[in-house]
Amino acid sequence: MKITVAGETKEFNEGLTIAELIRQENIENPDYITVSVNDEFADNENFPSIELHDGDAVEFLYFMGGGSYVIL
Amino acid sequence: MIIISKDDFQKIADYALSELPNEACGLIAGRIEGNDKIIEKVYLLSNIDKSNEHFSLDPKEQLAAVRDMRKLGLLPLGNWHSHPSSPSRPSEEDKRLAYDKTASYLILSLMDKDKPVLNSFHIDGAETQREELVIKENKL
Repeated sequence: MKITVAGETKEFNEGLTIAELIRQENIENPDYITVSVNDEFADNENFPSIELHDGDAVEFLYFMGGGSYVIL
Repeated sequence: MIIISKDDFQKIADYALSELPNEACGLIAGRIEGNDKIIEKVYLLSNIDKSNEHFSLDPKEQLAAVRDMRKLGLLPLGNWHSHPSSPSRPSEEDKRLAYDKTASYLILSLMDKDKPVLNSFHIDGAETQREELVIKENKL
């Protein structure tokens, strides 16, 4: 099946989950990422159980945050 | 070195001032020439924490920005955020949440609202290194 990952269309085996895609794509710091599938954000806890389908478009977004409340 | 146009610097400063008392945040994108990063577009995003001491980018807006960068052929260079009442340097929280040691983390201090101070940093764990930042008069 074909899945578009970060704008690039690639071939994957059927039954691919988000968790497996993260492994196959060698995503660094996976604890920091949010994943969208066809513009819908997936719950991180469900990455191992969410199966992807032919034609899906997946984006990996790194959480970006911080703050000024502890300046030494 | 990282280079930003005066217009883009002003855009960030104006937005950050308009978001007071909360922190403001966004993304930067552009091109890399040798060792220099040239910012060609700044993205003004929503701080979903709506806090004066913390920020998180809105993921939906972040996704839209990433797609815009892709469409324009720009590279993601890092992010920026404001410190409404503290200096332009990374906090412990900034360090804790900085996962990408190659990214530029721009911090705008609004301690003096008439003279916002912008600095850029590389953050690698607890280590921070100031990156030379140049504000250029003309559009890059």
